Amino acid sequence: MGKWSRRAFIGAGVVAGGALVVGIAVRPGNPTDELKPLLAKGDGEELINAWVKVDANNKVTAIVPHAEMGQGAHSVLAQMLADEMDVDWEAVDILEAPAIPAYVGADLGREFIAPTLEVPKVLEPTVQGAFLSLANMMDLQITGGSFSIRGSGQRGMRTAGAAAREMLVAAAAEKWNVPAAEITTSNSILTHKSSGKSATYGEFAAAAATQDLPVKPRRKKVEEFTLMGKPMPRKDIPSKVNGTAGFGIDAQVEGMKYAAVKAAPVVGATVEKIDASKAKTMPGVLQILNMGDFVAVVADGYWQAQKALGTIEATYSEAEGQNLDQGDVFARYAKALDEVGSDGGDVETDEGDAIGTFAEASKKVTAEYKVPFLAHATMEPMNCTASVKDGRCDLWMGTQSPLGTRRDVAKALGLDEDNVSLQNAYLGGGFGRRASSDVPVMAARIAKATGYPVKMIWSREEDTAQDLYRPSATSRFEAGLDDKGKLVSWNNVHTHLFDPQEAPQVPHYAIANHLIRKVDVPMHLRFGPWRSVDHSQQAWFIESFIDEIAVEAGKDPLELRRELLARSPRHLAVLNKAAEMSNWGSAMPRGHGRGIAFVPSFGSVVAQVAEVDMTGTKPRVTKVYCCADVGFAMNPDGVAAQMESAIVYGLTAALYGEISIKDGAVQQSNFHDYEMLRINEMPDVEVTLINGDHERLGGAGEPGLPPLAPAVTNAVFAATGKRVRELPLSKHSFA
Amino acid sequence: MIKLNVNGQAREVDVDPATPILWVVRENLEMTGTKFGCGIAMCGACTVHLDGKPVRSCSTPISRAEGKAITTIEGIAEDDGTLSKVQQAWIEAQVPQCGYCQSGQIMSATALLQKDPNPSDEQIDAAMAGNVCRCGMYGRIRTAIKSAAGNTQAAKEEA
Repeated sequence: MGKWSRRAFIGAGVVAGGALVVGIAVRPGNPTDELKPLLAKGDGEELINAWVKVDANNKVTAIVPHAEMGQGAHSVLAQMLADEMDVDWEAVDILEAPAIPAYVGADLGREFIAPTLEVPKVLEPTVQGAFLSLANMMDLQITGGSFSIRGSGQRGMRTAGAAAREMLVAAAAEKWNVPAAEITTSNSILTHKSSGKSATYGEFAAAAATQDLPVKPRRKKVEEFTLMGKPMPRKDIPSKVNGTAGFGIDAQVEGMKYAAVKAAPVVGATVEKIDASKAKTMPGVLQILNMGDFVAVVADGYWQAQKALGTIEATYSEAEGQNLDQGDVFARYAKALDEVGSDGGDVETDEGDAIGTFAEASKKVTAEYKVPFLAHATMEPMNCTASVKDGRCDLWMGTQSPLGTRRDVAKALGLDEDNVSLQNAYLGGGFGRRASSDVPVMAARIAKATGYPVKMIWSREEDTAQDLYRPSATSRFEAGLDDKGKLVSWNNVHTHLFDPQEAPQVPHYAIANHLIRKVDVPMHLRFGPWRSVDHSQQAWFIESFIDEIAVEAGKDPLELRRELLARSPRHLAVLNKAAEMSNWGSAMPRGHGRGIAFVPSFGSVVAQVAEVDMTGTKPRVTKVYCCADVGFAMNPDGVAAQMESAIVYGLTAALYGEISIKDGAVQQSNFHDYEMLRINEMPDVEVTLINGDHERLGGAGEPGLPPLAPAVTNAVFAATGKRVRELPLSKHSFA
Repeated sequence: MIKLNVNGQAREVDVDPATPILWVVRENLEMTGTKFGCGIAMCGACTVHLDGKPVRSCSTPISRAEGKAITTIEGIAEDDGTLSKVQQAWIEAQVPQCGYCQSGQIMSATALLQKDPNPSDEQIDAAMAGNVCRCGMYGRIRTAIKSAAGNTQAAKEEA
């Protein structure tokens, strides 16, 4: 194995799959030394590379470049590193990489992602919805797009672990004067059998740090895995059962006060005037601030601040969106779709002759579907603690985008990015909401105005009414079947396309002629990524329509999908497994129904079968069978948990989820009018995993969501004969 | 001054008696395991025990805690620090994802098992329906409660 000089390595920047450790550790200026004070704790601890450290006591710390929001990324990333490194799992600690640009450089970013791995564009949006360059995006250290394991883990942590192991072996070989190939490693111990020598990793930590970095460390083959592919218990869970896990909202900062805020209800409006005469006199109240776009009350305690805020009368400026009602939203979509007709709009895909084949089709199927705006409703309301003084800003919070937050806060305060620091905590739910920096920017502005540290907490009402919403959308379809009942034409036009770009596409289905188009309909609300992003709307549209086509063609919905997937064995295996799990085709009681949906997304393939009981006053989902192929499940229990979670998140939206607009403002405010699925409505969920391609991993956090809604509404059709073309289900009567 | 008993310790706080228990515990006593979720007793993230009964601390004034024992998530392990049966069952079933709602879930489950050591599915639903888990870990919560109930039963039989 060749060795590259440090500078040459950086200059070339081509080490495929192995760049994560090596690139950062040896770039000119040697940021490894820069990182030492940030990362090293205790005596005798040496930084081997930027992603793992070993101390003299044989403690191994995996430094993970992603936020932990419940998806288990911290633990699984460490699991992947520890396996490659042959580390004693019990002795592994996890540290989230600090939010500093040196950590995830653009050079690394480009090498890391390009050209073989597609990065979901969900990683790119900023608070304003603007898009950054690819290199900038990687600089943001973002957690999203179901990317952590298949990206950072597969390409970074595994390589880092393998490299660290080789450096330890090289150090021992040098000291013992034996060939490196004769040294074996296991459970953080180096052994040279014939000489009887053995040592802990800790003993060679310092020496290993001086070794040249391997260019392309050897990663294990699947059959050599000891931790990867095993359902290892997550390391963050013990702290989450005894109240010690630290979330952003738990930050404690010396001299900190509390802020409650209320933004102008219509986005774009400003606060013109406030009457705070009562609030001023209330106990604990320190400052009342009209920040222009919002009002803040700062007090000794949060409850005091919130109570005082409630007494303030505010008047707001006119705003462009102030006359918009929910009915207008869909009317605008309808108008825009009418205007583009059957062939206008921005063409996304045009293959074959969809219009011509439709004209000649023996059977024609058309349908229109609508979905509402949705809020994220993370359990931990938005919050951020900020301190601004002496030209510096310090932030404490939970974010999916630490570096993006630093950049946006620096810009808002007119500071240099180097003078903004961020301490990331566990996230009490992310789902895309915590990928934006609107919240920390507000906290920083308040802290700047007060001059002392402030913990800003949004009320649940603010969290619901000032979210960055999952966009609502309308989609129209025309399909044509030939005289043999074969689906030959697919013409779709939908409002709104955000990301991923492939969400409205159906390349997995063998349909000869496609025309897929979009029309943009601007709206004053703020939008953001929401678990599975556009797949959350598009998959429901597509899989509902496929079901309608099956009915028109006189085919079983499973059979039609099997025909369309006939050339894709990996897809077919997932579909067939879900069908088999559900005993598809077996009789169900009267008023019960079974529906199926199949959606590839984020590099993974998921099929679900839902069973519904429609005999009561409202739909009840009794069972969900889920088969998922994420390539290779690094932690099968973790992947199953993500599927269970996405099923509930999707079911909550399908049954209840609706944010509606009146006079330009959001009407919902809390869990009484933005309902959540609860334990008494929880279906029995069964998950089966298939490892279909251990070289190309897919995501886990999001792909379980898209098939859920169509599986449920297709089941509702099977049970009642009523086709649901608008979500949520709570809008419909089935009596 | 309001005199309190929190997790077996005598505490005094100087706050408005109308202040919700949640904010006294989190801010005055600096015990942050109890979480703010909705402020209107609709999500259960703030659940604590008052004399062993679960209450939503976001909507219960501190004045109501005078003369009663407040128990929070920090106070349910055994005296020697051993995790409670419920906490152990939560780890075993790998219940938490983001974990934010779990203090409240565990407090509700603990109260349920104190009242009904072997709850039926319906009793579990009734006792736990006030606790929202946005990560959707309801299936695992059911499993963990049943497992903790089994342990309680087994422990009794051993005794």
